[in-house]
Parts: sequence; structure tokens; C-alpha cells
Amino acid sequence: MSGMTRGYVVRRFLMWVLTVWLGATLIFAIPRLAPGDPIAAMVLRMSAQGQIIENSAELIQAWRERFGLDGPWYVQYVNWLRNCMTLDFGYSLTQFPARVWEMIWRALPWTIALLTFAVIITFILGNLIGALLGWRKTPPLLRSLLPLTLTFSSIPPFIFGLLLLFIFAYTLDLFPNQGAYDSRNLQPGLTVEFLASALHHAILPAMAIVLTSMGGWALGMRGMMITTDGEDYMILAQAKGLRTPRLFLRYAVRNALLPQLTALALSLGLIVGGSVLIETYFVYPGVGYLLYYSITNGDYTLMQGIVFILILTTATAVLIIDLLYPLIDPRITFQKR
Amino acid sequence: MGEHSNDRKQPSRDGSLDSRRVVLDVQDLRVHYATPRGDVIAVNGINFQVYEGETVGLVGESGCGKTTTAMAILRLVQPPGRIIGGRVMVEDTDLVSLSEKQLRQLRWVKLALIPQGAMNSLNPVMRIKDQIGDAITTHEGRLPADALKQRILDLLNQVGLPARVYGMYPHELSGGMKQRVCVAMAIALNPPLIIADEPTSALDVVVQRVVAQTLLDVKQRLGVSMILIGHDMGLQAQLVDRIIVMYAGNIVEIAPVREAFKNPLHPYTQLLIASIPSIKERKPLKVTEGLTHDLRNPPPGCVFQFRCPHAREICRALKPQLREYGSGHLTACHIYENAGEYERSAPIVTTATPSAALYAADLFKEVDPHGRAAS
Amino acid sequence: MATLTAEPVAARPAPQVRVNRWDSPWLNAKLIIGLIMVLSVALSGVVGGMFWDLRLARVGTSPQDLPPAFVPGGTWAHPLGTENSGRDMLAVLLTGAPRSFRIGLIAATIGLLIGVVLGCLAGFLGGWVDRLILIASDAWITIPSLVVLIVISAFVRQISAETMAVLIAMFAWPGPTRLIRAQVLTLRERGYIRMARLSGANTFDVIFREMMPNMLPYIAASFTGNVSGAILASAGLEALGLGPTRIPTLGMTIFYANQASAVIRGMWWWWGFPFLVLAIIFSGLFLIAIGLDEVANPRLRGLQVKQ
Repeated sequence: MSGMTRGYVVRRFLMWVLTVWLGATLIFAIPRLAPGDPIAAMVLRMSAQGQIIENSAELIQAWRERFGLDGPWYVQYVNWLRNCMTLDFGYSLTQFPARVWEMIWRALPWTIALLTFAVIITFILGNLIGALLGWRKTPPLLRSLLPLTLTFSSIPPFIFGLLLLFIFAYTLDLFPNQGAYDSRNLQPGLTVEFLASALHHAILPAMAIVLTSMGGWALGMRGMMITTDGEDYMILAQAKGLRTPRLFLRYAVRNALLPQLTALALSLGLIVGGSVLIETYFVYPGVGYLLYYSITNGDYTLMQGIVFILILTTATAVLIIDLLYPLIDPRITFQKR
Repeated sequence: MGEHSNDRKQPSRDGSLDSRRVVLDVQDLRVHYATPRGDVIAVNGINFQVYEGETVGLVGESGCGKTTTAMAILRLVQPPGRIIGGRVMVEDTDLVSLSEKQLRQLRWVKLALIPQGAMNSLNPVMRIKDQIGDAITTHEGRLPADALKQRILDLLNQVGLPARVYGMYPHELSGGMKQRVCVAMAIALNPPLIIADEPTSALDVVVQRVVAQTLLDVKQRLGVSMILIGHDMGLQAQLVDRIIVMYAGNIVEIAPVREAFKNPLHPYTQLLIASIPSIKERKPLKVTEGLTHDLRNPPPGCVFQFRCPHAREICRALKPQLREYGSGHLTACHIYENAGEYERSAPIVTTATPSAALYAADLFKEVDPHGRAAS
Repeated sequence: MATLTAEPVAARPAPQVRVNRWDSPWLNAKLIIGLIMVLSVALSGVVGGMFWDLRLARVGTSPQDLPPAFVPGGTWAHPLGTENSGRDMLAVLLTGAPRSFRIGLIAATIGLLIGVVLGCLAGFLGGWVDRLILIASDAWITIPSLVVLIVISAFVRQISAETMAVLIAMFAWPGPTRLIRAQVLTLRERGYIRMARLSGANTFDVIFREMMPNMLPYIAASFTGNVSGAILASAGLEALGLGPTRIPTLGMTIFYANQASAVIRGMWWWWGFPFLVLAIIFSGLFLIAIGLDEVANPRLRGLQVKQ
């Protein structure tokens, strides 16, 4: 590894630390900056949800002690950061002996699997469509048909999910309307039945993400292809008499894809945020759904833990993309992004 | 391609080239650029030949159509530009009328390019070996890996690049090295003709020399024909056999290089030559004051009429034709074509400012051996 | 006077007389269609109030669970039907749609203002200011904004549309900041900006007199994207039941519909109409963004030209 590369890796890693720290600080600050008493608000919310709260004043005080909301703020802050580093978020308020970490750990694989699956398909399809739209030698018929694939772009994925549920789950009964696998008849494991069931359950939520966000990638890629097409190296490559597939893939797409990958890293935050809605509307047992559960049930500790884990996961995914980037762009070691 | 052997005699610089084999014959080539307010006529029906082993310089200020001409010969004019007429004959094949597929097969084999922007002409994400290699394998099919490697190393060696360049990426090379990679790439298939489009313009002076020397070596060793496009008159003087002067999409003069420098006929060429401060100091050509006409709407008569210090009524009315005056020396100017009528015709005021005209007139006293200019 | 030759590229040659005054890049079909879609929804609240009683958007003002008028069982008294707490769907849409826009516009405006200030600072000052702003925006953009907004909304029990807009704006600045910084850097290198600076024009003048006209399409595109993103965020929060509860909004309507299992109960009009309105809003904004992109980048327009 050359010195330049090491510098890049260190920079990206520091960025990761900064992002995670910023996230942890936000989570710490929000309840304390919110108007009124957060714990009281939580308890009120619980009673608003119809739960019976006895001795609410005592309960509030008990929680306050339990969450270290008593001491001076900097002690609380240091404690909180330490908890974040050890991923120790204590017990869930609503499912008492369960620890927050265990609950998240059970849900996390579903979210990661669903999002990875959906994002990779979206990225590949979107960029392929965009590349063909921006390529001068694309057959005119194909070019005039391609924009049809962008019809659903820009519609919010979760609302589009409702439409998909209505059509494919309720009306046509082709796909299940909730869950991540057939939990009544199957045990999670590496069996064909389980994997098939998991895939079957993932298709609708994934489709909701793919069909609505493909268009953005396609548009970006189209623009990049057109920019790339004007580059001097494309003209020289044409003069060399290279075959069209090579011109398209090794010269045009290969270069146009680089900014798209940066854009992917930048948009992961949005994608993860959106997945909360998707999981909620598809009752998919991932972290997003768990977050919704924690909010509607006033599970304060669970919520803190989930938000931190989501930020941590997003930042890590961005870090992975950033670290893979020099492998496909040899120039990166010499310049900042 | 054994016919380009090293023992071939270099073409003489006196213009007696007509008996040689023609490797490129451009006939009535026309290129237009579409704009919302009408077509810009970038190349307006030009004719010229390039002979075997000869280097032809294509000169003129930026925007005169010389790069467009090169791109049109390669059939690489980018939209909104397009070739609207003419023929580009390479060994009895008209490139303009070929199908995409036939053209692709001929490219680089018959006609290679050394591009203008050395900085961006190489694919930033491919190693040098792959970029030279794909030109070879596309046209010659797969080669054994060692044979291909040896051949690429040979090519690098020929342009004076060290072997380590083989596995490098473009961003690891300096501008001069990148340009020499482009030269190596251009000679990879030993084509009969190479078009070098301002090969040194983006480089600093010292590196320009190195690249120019590389070009000269390649030219002498391989006997390849070359079209050298550029406004660097010093480089032209050093490298070319014949010079073609373009103005506003038209050829105004074709001459053997010594003739062009010693005895330029066209007023524009005279200004070009006069504006060279010295061979050593190189800068883009800025010949004279005044405006070129709107290229969408060329006036009747001579293309240079608005800036010509010698323009007369006849230049406004009648377009001069490219005619030969002396061996291999052609120009399109009424001073020679219609000398009698030109003398009788009244001078006209051009957009060239008086001071510029005066300046130009002074120059002509020194430069123009016929003494016609300042009359 | 310098030598001026015509380049064989468009735009340059001397006479700048418009042959056709309709020949403007701003008259872009996508841009115009998008604008019409968006404006028709935005104006529906203003105009709708004249034709329809918006008080019907309140709970219990109408019979419950009526289908739209064009379906058997429907009545023209409630053309788009009603939902399970007795709100008239047409009134809900006419009240909710403009409100979504308001949130979107406020959030995007604040985000853009922050972006313009930070982007110009970064681009013009460079050095550590530039680095700091870039790092901050990179880190901030990585944090899943919707998740944080969800948490904030959970703590703020009664949220107003304005508060929501401000909260969303907190996450709407990194995009414009990056974009404007990049534009400033590009434009700064162009000759005429340098000329303006050399000739002693102050920085403020340079930014607003010389650079703004060039950046306008980019800024407009980024603004449109931000409006879209802000409406998406607010609709998302509402769809989780975290929006304003006193006034009807499109997102909350979908939330209630989902809570009441409207999809299973076949009450498609309950979620279908808000869906349709949101789809029109987002598609309109999307078209505007594409149109502006083509205005800003002429190369995107001439794709059909073949060699």
C-alpha cells in the first residue's frame, strides 16, 4: 500500500468516526433539547396509546435514575458514548428481560439482506437503463421504450408499496402481505424452503424500492454517459476502431459509473431512512419496523439503540464503498474526493 | 506492411511529388455544424492529396476548420457536426460512404490518430498496456500473451519510453509521456497514414521538443505519411514537406514548405509567416485585427475579404479558385488569378483597423518579393 | 479589439440577434408539463375552497365509509367518498395537498439558503474553511435523516407544519452546499469571472452579478429536488403517524387508512386518492428537475442528433 493510499484510508476512517460520533451526539441531544421532559413525554405518549400507567410520577423518577438522566449532562454524555462503543443499550422497556442489543441483533439481518438485495438490483438496473439512454448507438426502438421503466420514479416507495400490496397481495394473492418468511411452518435455517420463503416475502418490498428509485440512477447515469461521450479518450477509442461492446463497457460505462458509486455512498442515508417506512408498511421484521414499534410503544432504550445501530450501519456501508473505490478508480490515491 | 521500408527516399522539399503514390485523396469535403440559427460551414469543399511518405502540415488559426477536417477524414465529427458531402479516398476506398462496420475494420489499420488533448486522450481507468493492446487485438485477433507484451514493449521503446510505463495508468505519466504513448499507439499497426492533431499544443516548450523529436524519428524510421495539424509554425517548418493553409473552412494556399516560408502567395499566408516572431518563441497564431465573417453565412467572393489588407471590389464579387502558380504551389487569390482585373478594381475598406493595415503593409514590403502589397 | 474568429461550435458567432424569441432553452416541454402538474395541485387548495366546503375535512362531518360517487353506493354529495371517521375525501385532499407543498417549500428554501451560504464560502475561501464544510456535509449526509426525524417527532408531541419544515430543513443543506461549491469552483476558473475580479469588482458583486445567472438552472434543479425530498420526508413522518394530527395531511390520511386496514377492506379510495395526488406532485417535481437539468446542461438535449 503506498503512502497516498494509506492517507486516503485514514481520511475515510476518520470520516467514519466523525459520522458515528455525530450520530451518537444527536441521539443524546434530541431528548434533552426537546421541549418539556422527555421521560414525562414518553410516559404521556404511553398513556395516550391507551396503556395504564400507575404512579406515573414515581415511574418517571425511577426511569430517570435508570437512564442516568440525573447527573450533570457531561457525565451522562460520557456514559452514553461509552455505552455506544460497547453497544450496551441496556434492557428494553416494553419486553423486559430482553436486552436491546438482542432485539436489534435478531432484526438486523433482515434489514441488511432486504436493503442489500434491493439496492444492488436498483443500482445495476438503473445504471444499465441510464447507460443505454445516454449511449449514442442504442437502437432507437430500445431508447424510446426505456423511459417507460422510469414511470414510477419519484413516487415515494412506501406509498408505492401500498399499491403493490393492493394489487399483488390482496387482489391477485401472488405474494404474502407481511412478514419475512412463513413463520408458522418454517424455522429459520439454511434450507431451500426457508430461503425460498424468505425470497418470496422479500420480493414485494424490494420491488417497491427498486421500481421507485431506479429512475434517479438512470437519469444520473444518462447524464454521466453523455459527459463521458464527449471526452477525448472516447474519440481516440473510436478512432482505434474498437468494437462497440468494448467501447460501451470498458470506456464509456466504466468511467461514467465512478461518480455514480460516489452518489451511492451519499444516498445510503436516505435509503436506510426510507426502509423504516417500507418495513413498517410491509410488516417486515427488520430494524425499521422495530423502530416503529419502539416509538409507538414508548420503548425509549430500544429506540436509542436502534437509531445508533442504523447510523453505525449506514456509516460502515459508506466506509466499505469508500474503501472499495480505489480498486475501481486508480486515480483516487492522488486526489481527494 | 512491408511497403513502408526504411530505405525509401524522403520526399524532396521542392514540391516534385506528383509521381508518388497517393495515400489520401480528399475530394470536395464539406462539414457543417448545426446550430439553432442555421448551419455553420466549418469545412467548405476542400481538396487535397497526401502522398506516400510525405508529411503535410495543415495550418490556420483556431476555428479555421483544420481540426474539423482531421475529424472528418477519420469520420469522427461529433454532433451537431456532420459530413454533408465529399469523398475521403484511402487506397481506392471512400471512407465517407463506408458502413459503420467496414469503417471500424479500416480504422487504425489504414489511418491512425495522434490526438490533440494529450491530457485526456487516454482512458483514465485502463493501464497503458491494455490501451495499446486493445488496438492491436481488435484488428489482429488474439495474440499469445508474451508476443503481445513484447510488441507493446517494442512500441514503447520506439518512442523512447521506459518499460515500466507498460503497467502504468495514465495519471502516473507526465503530459509528454502520455503524448508519446499516443504516438506509440498510433504506430502499433504500422498504418500508411497518421493524423497528428496539434500533438504538442498542450505541452510546455521543453516537452514539445521531445515530442516533436519523437514524431520526426517515427516519420523517418517508418516512412509513414502524416498530416500534422497545428498553428506552431516552427514545428511545421521542422517537420513537414508541404503546407496547407486554411482560412474559414477553405484552403487558401498549398505549397512546399520552403516555398511557403520564402515566397508565400496568399495575403493570409503572408500575414501568418510575418507574424512568427522567431522559430523559438511559439504562440498561437493571431494574425491580424478584424472580424471573420459569420461562418453560417459566407459572403460571395473571397473568404478573406474582410480582413485582407489588399481587398478590392473584385474580391467581394467573385470567389477566387485554388490555382497552381509554380511547381506544386497553389493559392486562391485574385491578385494572381485575375491580375488585370484586380489592378483595375477599386480598393475597399476592411474591418482591419488602419493601424493594423499599416503594420501589415510595412511587413509586406519586407516579406513580399513581388512588392505588390504596399502599392 | 482582439481577433475574433468563429468557432465551429454553436453559440459563439457574432450576431446575437434572436431569430425566434421562442427559441429559449427554458421553454422545455418536461419543465412546462411538470410545472403545470405541480401548480395545479398547489392551487387546488386556493381554488378548491371556492367550490367545495373544506370544513368537511373535519372528523364526523360526513357519513362514514362511503365509496366514490362513480361507484355503486356512492353519492355526489361526496364525490370521492368518505373514510371511517366521517371525513369527506375531496375536502381532505384539497386541504392536505397545499399543506404538503408549504412544508416542502419552507424546508427547501431554508436548506437552499444554508447551502448557498456554505457553498459560496467553501468555494470562494477554499483552504480549511472548504475542508471543514465538506467534511461536515459528508458526515451529515450519511446520517439517515428520516430516522433522526422520526425520533425527534416522537419527542415533540404536537408538531406544527412549520416546525416540521424547519426540522426537515436541518437535513436539506448538504446537497445544495456540494452543488453550489462545485459550481463556484468551476465558474471561478472561467475567464470572465477572473476578469471581473481583477477589474476590482467586489466578491459580492461577482457572485450575484456574474455567477448567479449561470448557476440559476442548477440552483433551481437542486431546489426542486429539495422540495421533493422535504415533501417525501414529511409524508413519510405522517405516514408513520408522527405528523400534525389536528389538520388533515396526505401522509396522515394514508397512515389512518393503513391503520384501519383500508387495503384489505377494499376501501381503495381512502389511500388511492392521496396516493394519486402524491404521485402527481412527485412526478411533476421529477419532470421539473429533468427539465431544469436539460436547461443547465445543453448536451442532454441534443441526444437524438445522429452522425
